Amino acid sequence: MADHLLEVRNLSVEFHTAGGVVKAVKNVSWHVERGETLAILGESGSGKSVSTSAILDLIDMPPGRITSGEIRFDGRDLLKLGSAERRDINGRRIAMIFQDPLSHLNPVYTVGWQIVETMTAHGLPRSKAQSEALRLVTRVGIPNPSDALRKYPHEFSGGQRQRLMIAMALAMKPDVLIADEPTTALDVTVQAEVLALLKELQRETGMGVVIITHDLGVVAEIADRVVVMNAGEIVEAGIAREVYHNPRHPYTRKLIGAAPGKGEMHDPLPRAEPVLKVRGVAKTYGTFKALDGVGFDLMAGETLAIVGESGSGKSTLARILLRLDEPDAGEALWKGRDLFRLSPAELFALRRDLQMVFQDPTQSLNPRMTVFQLITEAWIIHPEILPKAQWRTRVADLLAQVGLRPEHANRYPHQFSGGQRQRIAIARALALEPELIICDEAVSALDVSVQAQVIELLNKLRREMGIAFIFIAHDLPVVRDFADHVMVMQKGRVVEYGTVQQVFDAPRQPYTQALLAAGLDPDPDVQAARRAERLERRPA
Amino acid sequence: MLTFIRKRSMASLISLVGLVVLVFFLSRLTGDPTDLYLPIDASDEMRAQFRELYGLDDPLIVQFGRYVGNLVQLDFGESIRKARPAIDVVLEAFVWTLQLALITMALVTVAAVVVGSLAAFRVGGFFDRVSGILSLVAASAPDFWIAIVAIVVFAVGLGWLPTSGTGTVWHWILPIAVLFIRPFGLIVQVVRGSMISTLSSAYVKTARAKGVRTRSIIFVHALRNAMLPVITVIGDQAASLLNGAVVIETIFGFPGVGKLMIDSILQRDFTVVLASIIVTALAIFVMNLLIDLAYAALDPRIRH
Repeated sequence: MADHLLEVRNLSVEFHTAGGVVKAVKNVSWHVERGETLAILGESGSGKSVSTSAILDLIDMPPGRITSGEIRFDGRDLLKLGSAERRDINGRRIAMIFQDPLSHLNPVYTVGWQIVETMTAHGLPRSKAQSEALRLVTRVGIPNPSDALRKYPHEFSGGQRQRLMIAMALAMKPDVLIADEPTTALDVTVQAEVLALLKELQRETGMGVVIITHDLGVVAEIADRVVVMNAGEIVEAGIAREVYHNPRHPYTRKLIGAAPGKGEMHDPLPRAEPVLKVRGVAKTYGTFKALDGVGFDLMAGETLAIVGESGSGKSTLARILLRLDEPDAGEALWKGRDLFRLSPAELFALRRDLQMVFQDPTQSLNPRMTVFQLITEAWIIHPEILPKAQWRTRVADLLAQVGLRPEHANRYPHQFSGGQRQRIAIARALALEPELIICDEAVSALDVSVQAQVIELLNKLRREMGIAFIFIAHDLPVVRDFADHVMVMQKGRVVEYGTVQQVFDAPRQPYTQALLAAGLDPDPDVQAARRAERLERRPA
Repeated sequence: MLTFIRKRSMASLISLVGLVVLVFFLSRLTGDPTDLYLPIDASDEMRAQFRELYGLDDPLIVQFGRYVGNLVQLDFGESIRKARPAIDVVLEAFVWTLQLALITMALVTVAAVVVGSLAAFRVGGFFDRVSGILSLVAASAPDFWIAIVAIVVFAVGLGWLPTSGTGTVWHWILPIAVLFIRPFGLIVQVVRGSMISTLSSAYVKTARAKGVRTRSIIFVHALRNAMLPVITVIGDQAASLLNGAVVIETIFGFPGVGKLMIDSILQRDFTVVLASIIVTALAIFVMNLLIDLAYAALDPRIRH
C-alpha cells in the first residue's frame, strides 16, 4: 500500500465523563495527499474535530482515551512517539488554525510575538524569525505589516485575525495544515477572501489541507475530497462533486436536502396598510454612526428579512425597535402610535405585542429556571392574559406547538439540545400572543438540519397565527427560503429593499450583488463556475 | 494615564475625609484621656489644665475644626503618650509594618504562584491533592494560635529563635512565617482556579498546536492571563497586612503600626490613632493604584 502524506487508520477515541463513556469517534480512517484538500463534514457532536485533535496530541488524557488505530505520518505512527517528538512535529510539520481566532490568539501578547514564537519554539534564531514574521504578515495581506506586528489581537477585525492565524500556522512551512471551521465566525465576503487565501497559499507551498466544517458551501468551494461524519462514524467518503451529486448514505442525503436556499421563494403579499412604519431612525455611539436614516414598512403577517454583515447596524435596529436601546432620531409607528414616544407604562402594555427571539438560546434562557417557569414568567408580568388555573394546559399547548412534549415543562434548559432550546425561546415569545416577533440571528447558531426544522416551525406559525416577523440574518440562503421582503443594510444605511424575488434574482445595488456572489453554494459545480468567472473578471 | 491617577485621587480623597470625620468623633466616644494620663487623685485644677493644654476643653466641633485646620498644613498634632509629633511616631512604626508586609507578600506571591500553577497543570494529580489539602489548612488556620504555638515550639522549646521584639534577622522569621500562612493558602487556591481555566482556554490549545514547550505554556502563555484575578486578591491581602497585623504584631512585640494603633486606642492617644489611619489609608490607596497599573501592564485590552 502506497504511503499517504498523512493517514488516520481505524482511529477510535472515547471520553470518560461523569455521565459514562462517550465514544467520540469509532474506527475512523481518512488520508490526505500533498497539494490536496480534504474536508471533514459533520454537524455539532459528530466527532469531526476529534481525529485532528488526536493528530496534534491535543486530546487531554484523561478524560480522553485512544482505544484503537494509528496515525501514519512520515512512515511512523504518531501515536507511538514520545511527547517531545510529537511537539517537534506540531507547528513545524503539521499546523492548525481554528474557528474564532480572537479566543485562539493569546490576548496579552502582540501578534508579532506570537508568530515569532512558532519559529523560535522550533529552534529558529529570533532575528531570523522576526524578519520572516514580517514577510508572512505581508503575504497574508495585513495592511501596515510592521505596525501590525506590534499590535494585540483585539486591535484587528475578525478576518484579519484569521489571516494572522494563518500566517502563524504557515511560519514553519508545514506539510499539512488543519483548519477547524476557519471561516464560520466570519462575514460571507470575508469568508470568501480567507478561503481564497488558503487556496493560494496551498498552491504556493503544496501543503495538504484538512478542513473541518459543517458548511456544504465551504466543501463545495475548497475541497477535493470529503468525508462525511455522523455520530462519530464516517458515513460516506469520496470526491466532493460525486458525493454532492450522488450521495449514497441517507444521512448525506438528508444533510444536502436540508441546505437552505433551494426552496420556493414567497410571493409578495397583497399590499395593505402597514402595521409598522419606521422612518428615519438614527443612532450614534460616540463618533460611530450605527444607524443613519433607516426606514421600512411592515404589513400584518409579513416577514421582513434584514440582512447585512457585522457592523451593518441590523441588531442595533432590532434593539431600538423594542426600546432596549433609545434612538437619537426617527419614528416607528405601530398601528399609528410612535413606539419611540410611548411612556414607560404604555410601552409596558404594548410589549406583549412585540417579542424577540435571540441568537444564542443558551444565553437567553435563564439556566436556573425550568421551562414552565420560563414560559409562565410572561404571564406573571402580564397577568391579564391568562388565569393561573390554565397555565399548565397552555404551557403544554405551546410546547406542542413548537414540537416539544408537555413533560418537557419541568426540565431545565441545559437538558435540551441547541435546536430544542431555540424552540423553548420561541414558545416563550408565543406565550404573550404577539403580533410581531423579531428574530435576531435566531437560527445562525444551529446545525443545518436543525435550522431547517426551526425555519419550518416559524413558517407554520406565520401561516397559522398570522404573526409578522422581522428576521435578522447574515445567512442569505435561509432568508431566501423564509422572507417576503428583504432589506439589505451596510454601515447603518439601507442599501436595497425589495421583494425576495427582486433582491435575490435581480439585485440592483453592487453591495447586494457582492454579498450574493460571496455566498457559497453547496453545489461544487456552481462554485467552480463562480471561481472561473471571478478569475476572468480579475484584471491580468 | 495622568487623568486616571487624578480621578482616582479625587475619589480616594472623599473617602479619606469621611474616614477622618468618623474616626475623630468615634474615638472621642471612648472617653476622656485625662482620666488615663493623670493620677486618680489629681485635682480638678490639674485636670482642667491638662484639658486646656491638649485643647480638650473646647466643644467637639471646635476641636475638629482646629484638627482639620492643622491637618491641611500637614500638622497631625502631638502624641499625648509619647510627647512627640504624632506623625513621627506613626511613620516610625509604619516603616516596620511596610517592611514586614512587603517581604511577606513577596514570598507569598512567588510561592503561591509556583505551587498553584503546578497544581493546576495536573488537576487531581498527587501534587494537586497535597497542595490542595495544605492550602485549605493554611487558609483556614487561626494565625494567633499558630503564633503562640510557634513561640512555644521554636523560641521557648527549641530555643532556635527569639520570642519577640526586633534587632536581628532572626527576629523577623517567626512573624513573617506566621503572616505567610493565610494569604499563601488563599492565593494558592485562587492561582490554581485561575490557571485551570486559562490552561483550558483556546489560546493554550493554539500554543500546544504550535509545538510550544510545556514550561513556556504554563509560565508564559497561561500565567500572565491567570494573574489578573490573582492580583486583586494579592492586593486585598497586602492591604490587610499594611493595616498592621494587629494580633500578630502584638504577640511578637513587633513595633509596627498595628501594635501602635491598638496601644494608642487603649491609651486614648487620639492624634496617633488618626495619623495612623491617614497614613495606612494613603498606603492602601497607593497600593490599589499599583494594582491597577499592574492590571494595565499585564493586559493590553485595559490600557486606555
